[in-house]
Amino acid sequence: MLTVKGKCVFAGIAIGPMALFHRSTISTAAHTIENVEAEAVRFHSARKKAISQLQDLYDKALTRVGKEQAAVFEIHQMMLDDPDYIEAVEDTIRANSINAEAAVDQASKKFADMLSTMEDTYMQARAIDVKDISRRILEVLSGGIGVDFTKYNHVIIAADDLAPSETLQLDPDKILGFVTSEGSTNSHTAILARTLGIAAVVNTGTALHTDVDGKTAIVDGYTGLVYIDPDEATLTKMQQKQAESLAYKKQLEDMRGKESMTQDGYKVELFANVGNPNNIPQVIMNDGEGIGLFRSEFLYLEHNDYPTEEEQFEAYKKALEGMKGKKVVIRTLDIGADKKADYFPLAQEENPALGLRAIRICLTRPELFKTQLRALCRASVFGKLSVMFPMIISSDEIDRSKDILQEVRNQLDKEGIAYDPNMEVGIMIETPAAAIISDELAKEVDFFSIGTNDLTQYTLAIDRQHTGLDKFFNPHHPAVLRLIKQTIENGHKAGIWVGICGELGADLELTEYFLRAGIDELSVSPPAILPLRKKIRSLNLSQK
Amino acid sequence: MKEFTYTINDPAGIHARPAGILVKEAKKFESSISILTANQKGDLKRIFAVMGLGVKQGQTITIQISGPDEDHAADTIESCLKSNL
Repeated sequence: MLTVKGKCVFAGIAIGPMALFHRSTISTAAHTIENVEAEAVRFHSARKKAISQLQDLYDKALTRVGKEQAAVFEIHQMMLDDPDYIEAVEDTIRANSINAEAAVDQASKKFADMLSTMEDTYMQARAIDVKDISRRILEVLSGGIGVDFTKYNHVIIAADDLAPSETLQLDPDKILGFVTSEGSTNSHTAILARTLGIAAVVNTGTALHTDVDGKTAIVDGYTGLVYIDPDEATLTKMQQKQAESLAYKKQLEDMRGKESMTQDGYKVELFANVGNPNNIPQVIMNDGEGIGLFRSEFLYLEHNDYPTEEEQFEAYKKALEGMKGKKVVIRTLDIGADKKADYFPLAQEENPALGLRAIRICLTRPELFKTQLRALCRASVFGKLSVMFPMIISSDEIDRSKDILQEVRNQLDKEGIAYDPNMEVGIMIETPAAAIISDELAKEVDFFSIGTNDLTQYTLAIDRQHTGLDKFFNPHHPAVLRLIKQTIENGHKAGIWVGICGELGADLELTEYFLRAGIDELSVSPPAILPLRKKIRSLNLSQK
Repeated sequence: MKEFTYTINDPAGIHARPAGILVKEAKKFESSISILTANQKGDLKRIFAVMGLGVKQGQTITIQISGPDEDHAADTIESCLKSNL
């Protein structure tokens, strides 16, 4: 048995015979050409044919994997149409009086090198796109020798790397999985594999040779391990894991489109936590019913300067439009000395968790807060937006925050700019102080969202990042659970909804406890949505 | 000539897909369209030139457009940047 380890691309398990991916070798040896103009024409007609092949692939991809993933074939067409690339080939043919194959090969290397020496690892990975388009021209030039994709039937493919066009031409119903020695999890091929749902492991660093052809192999997309010629025990173990994985996936699939309701009719809103508008497709894919925590920090932490009102407005609008009228709860700036941006002057602190952070920064620097609130108000007409203030410990902080919000609204009124006057205003309950006086705070706001990560750390006085404290840490500590229960009860007494947006929300062992306590909304990371819905649907609160 | 700046919001920067969208839009116009970073310049109608700039999130780019349809081109490219990057 040979075991190799690579990077996981798609979590699934494939078991079957291995087949080495075979490409015909096309000679790119240079030889002298007498009629260089005719050779340039030969290159152009091959190039045009390659572009039309890519158009066919694009059409095929459009129906199979959707517009977003199909775009790669549009980009490949643009690459073949790029004047810089064309010139590089033509100039080489003319200047050296050599054949089109050699000239394409040289241009391919030149552009692939240009990309692979870039700083950005994503751009480095695009070198394979250049090689792919160049190979396509070479195949046409050589009279159409291509890969015979039909011969791969019910196999696990082993390759050095697969080009996106190659992945797409593999029939997902006939390909069990693939293993590549090179390539990255960022490649278009990896993305396509995820979309098509093919178990895959890339970048194993171990080149496989023809001796693996036909041997039984197992691809474990959960661990990144690939077993070739497995022993009986491994095979049995992995067959079982495969069956469990398939059964579980099927059960989760069945949860899509279903209500998040217990057997006795208790309904919970099941929302998603996201850190960037680009994560919205993931929310939709996992059937999130809304966004319960949209962290606005990315706007601050990933920029070189304070984000402008316009930049923020665009990001919020994008999130709201992406969610098509479903609720989006946006949390205002929540940074502190432990996560800060270069341009943002925050003094080094002894104890940043207890320092100048979140709402405390906003109330210290109201101009910063106003910019964000203006952007939020303006975006609020594009969907159903709720705004949420973090790290609250007193009614006074809520009053001051709402005063600033009112100032912003007055200014917008003056300027005749539209906003949603009914936008919900809520707070995070993440300090023991807020949980204890939640009866008072509930009178001031439209909702509570319990941030269990900070609430736990502040209640237990345990730093969650400190691994040495693991033996003292109990994530289900009764003090935290009581504070959560009390917050829910106090919220309901004042007639407002209460949700949980911390990690505990996804803890399936606590789901029943939260539901019995009366929770209205649970907001979790997108991949946790369907497992949580499954759990909720399995519960019956009328039975003890 | 029309000129405007834009700061990239997308965490991945101008990666292949938005680069493709920009090039596709730019090609629809007769005007010449350039994309400038602090120290480099590229033709917005050429995919390799745009990708080769390696523009990252938070970086501000300048778009310069000159030609008969520059007004229309400026509007189109600007809204294309806003909705994709």
